[in-house]
Amino acid sequence: MGLLILAAEHAGGALGSTSQPDLLAARQMQAMSFVVHIPLVCFGIAFPTMVLFAEGLWLRTGRPAYKALAKRWSKVMMILFAVGVVTGTILSFEFGLLWPNLTATFGNVFGLGFAIEGFSFFIEAIFIAIYVYGWDRLPDRLHFLTGIPIAVAGVTGSLSVISVNAWMNHPGGFDIVNGKVVNADPWVALFNDHLWYEFTHMYLAGYMVAGFLVAGAYAAAWLKGRRDLYHRAGLIIALTFAALATPVQIVVGDWAGRQVAEDQPVKLAAFEGLGETTKGASLHLGGIYQDSEVKYGVGIPKLLSLLAFHEPDAKVQGLDSVPRRDRPPVNIVRISFQSMVAIGTVLAALAAFYVAVWWKRRRLPRSPWFYRAVIAAGPLALVALIAGWVTTEVGRQPWVVYGVMRTRQAVTNAGGLPVAYIALAAVYLSLLIGVIWLLRRLAGRSPALEVDAPLESADAR
Amino acid sequence: MLADLCLALIILGLTAYAVMGGADFGAGFWDLTAGGASRGGRVRGMVARSMGPVWEANHVWLIFVLVIFWTCFPIAFGSAMSTLYVPLFIATIGIIFRGTAFALRGQAATINEARVLGGLFALSSVLVPFCMGAALGAIGSGRVPIGNAAGDPFSSWLNPTSILVGALAVITGAYLAAVFMAGDAARGGLRDLVVAFRGRALASGALSGVLAIGGLIVLHDDAPNLFDGLTSSPGLFFVIGSALAGIATIALVWRESFEAARYTAAAAVGCLTIGWAFAQSPYLLPNELTLDEAAAGDTTLVAVLISVAVGMILLVPSLYLLYSFVLRGRLDEDFEPLDQRFRPLSAGDHPKDGR
Repeated sequence: MGLLILAAEHAGGALGSTSQPDLLAARQMQAMSFVVHIPLVCFGIAFPTMVLFAEGLWLRTGRPAYKALAKRWSKVMMILFAVGVVTGTILSFEFGLLWPNLTATFGNVFGLGFAIEGFSFFIEAIFIAIYVYGWDRLPDRLHFLTGIPIAVAGVTGSLSVISVNAWMNHPGGFDIVNGKVVNADPWVALFNDHLWYEFTHMYLAGYMVAGFLVAGAYAAAWLKGRRDLYHRAGLIIALTFAALATPVQIVVGDWAGRQVAEDQPVKLAAFEGLGETTKGASLHLGGIYQDSEVKYGVGIPKLLSLLAFHEPDAKVQGLDSVPRRDRPPVNIVRISFQSMVAIGTVLAALAAFYVAVWWKRRRLPRSPWFYRAVIAAGPLALVALIAGWVTTEVGRQPWVVYGVMRTRQAVTNAGGLPVAYIALAAVYLSLLIGVIWLLRRLAGRSPALEVDAPLESADAR
Repeated sequence: MLADLCLALIILGLTAYAVMGGADFGAGFWDLTAGGASRGGRVRGMVARSMGPVWEANHVWLIFVLVIFWTCFPIAFGSAMSTLYVPLFIATIGIIFRGTAFALRGQAATINEARVLGGLFALSSVLVPFCMGAALGAIGSGRVPIGNAAGDPFSSWLNPTSILVGALAVITGAYLAAVFMAGDAARGGLRDLVVAFRGRALASGALSGVLAIGGLIVLHDDAPNLFDGLTSSPGLFFVIGSALAGIATIALVWRESFEAARYTAAAAVGCLTIGWAFAQSPYLLPNELTLDEAAAGDTTLVAVLISVAVGMILLVPSLYLLYSFVLRGRLDEDFEPLDQRFRPLSAGDHPKDGR
């Protein structure tokens, strides 16, 4: 299907041709907005479940430390949601402000996903307000129930947005006749083949990023000697979610890689720096792509063919299969890809160690190095998340709709993009400082304030 | 027919956003004009308490409008967004500052922090509706041609109609906010704030009425087609409806029936957006693109209508739940003037002292 479209006519922009000298500024702005928003999406996907888990523990045991934890977390969830609301709005504006020709040409094809996302967003906003403002004002069980729609909507919302991204990578649901998009069928576009692996990959990434970041905060407290039930539960709940998601991510990563190999062979070639089409292609670790090959890397014979097609002698298409102007920037894609995989492997090892100690000894690891590693795991997971998105989005270039419309055709003709880029960067920087300031302030407050009662120590159990 | 239904969804979303999102911006307007830290502390405390649980849900209407617009009328969307990039970019920056500064102010530890964050929140609350109103004025007065940033980046939104609509957006938001918060204050038994917001509601209500009627003169010269549409049937019908609802609201606020006034105030704004749509008919971009020319194919429109119908089955009861909790005070926090936290306890004026 992908190849079929590649061979088909390209779509002209519905608003006519564009000549934007600052295309790169537009792309950087989009990427920046995305990098700001996507960690918040992780919390939207994963955090409500953790909060509900903590509240569920409280409902079952009646121990105030669990309630304090759930309540504190729900406040963090609310703040991150508020920031996610505004940064998400920026992304929807950018569809028109930066890429009007994409929206004008394909809005009727891909827009449905966002319409569904809009309703998820509504449900999330409504129930987050009820949940957070409803503490101690609604009956306990009803309060717990009002949290469930938040968790569900966080998942359906990201599902529908990812469906649009998957469509950009594997477009369908329309025909092109004389450069015009006709016969738009948004349902076909919405449920495309790439949706399921992209979504599963992102869903697990959400648990890894949110889980490790939250766990890191409690690991830091642990090292400072704060080991009461509140801190212990905060560490264990968050870390367990992350640790369970991480090994599964490796399997899903393999699934994603094979799907890309099948539908976007040029992108896969960029992941691996494969210059020429090769049978029994080897996989290179590290190094840099120069003159159609990876230099200074460690090559493992036949591994690429084995991983991509599960056959050691399979033919893997190289970058030379398309003209130079249709290739993505290889080193950015490849380095991002390798960083993601390397970090994922390290995190999987950490997760395996944690689970193994728990399994054999029924306790947390004792080495302070474990807690230091958990502190590092959060930022590392974040880097892997962003590297993964760079891999797939830069790897899609020069296309905005893969094989159909070039990014340069989609961009606005408006002026002043570099100025807007700098302004937006300054705004995001202040936003970041503000949010960190706020979270630190919240963390500095005694958890006992959340329940107006002293919290018990961990040893009381 | 399908295109008309999809336009109706946009009008619905726009009205909901103008009423509920607009009131949140209006709350920011009253925050801005509340005066010094101690004099304005009570008004600001009320703003924070009223907006807290609802502003995020209210904001989503904007996203709803954008998404339906681009899915159902992609070429009009691309043309409008690319020509109006200046006001809309300013609006996006304002949206970031408005939301985050509001959330952060709730955690401020000193009066100076609260001042800076409150200033950002309140200024953005005026800037955003003005820019969005100006962008709507640009579309209504036919200053958005088809094409990729084909219109003038400045005169498209810096013109009499745009400035009128921008100002109207700010002042009607303030009016709605004052009506709603007078009701919230009455529910909370905060008599001084009832008086404060009642006065504000009457003043801003009168001002928006004057501005709307006086604005017709502006439209007569600057956007004659829109003027004709608003002064002949069926547009005129809604303009009169809006005026009547506005007068009814002022009467209800005068009599302190704030709960009923909520609905008439919303009806006044709703009539205005519907009247506007009729006045522009059959154009989506006046003199450039009719609604039918702009519409996506039937498959897309049907898909959107089905999705929205299903979505509404979930959304309407959820919104009902939220607002019924809010209006019955189930989510109300204890009222605290914004500057109270920063006052020394020795001042002896903490609200909890007396009880």
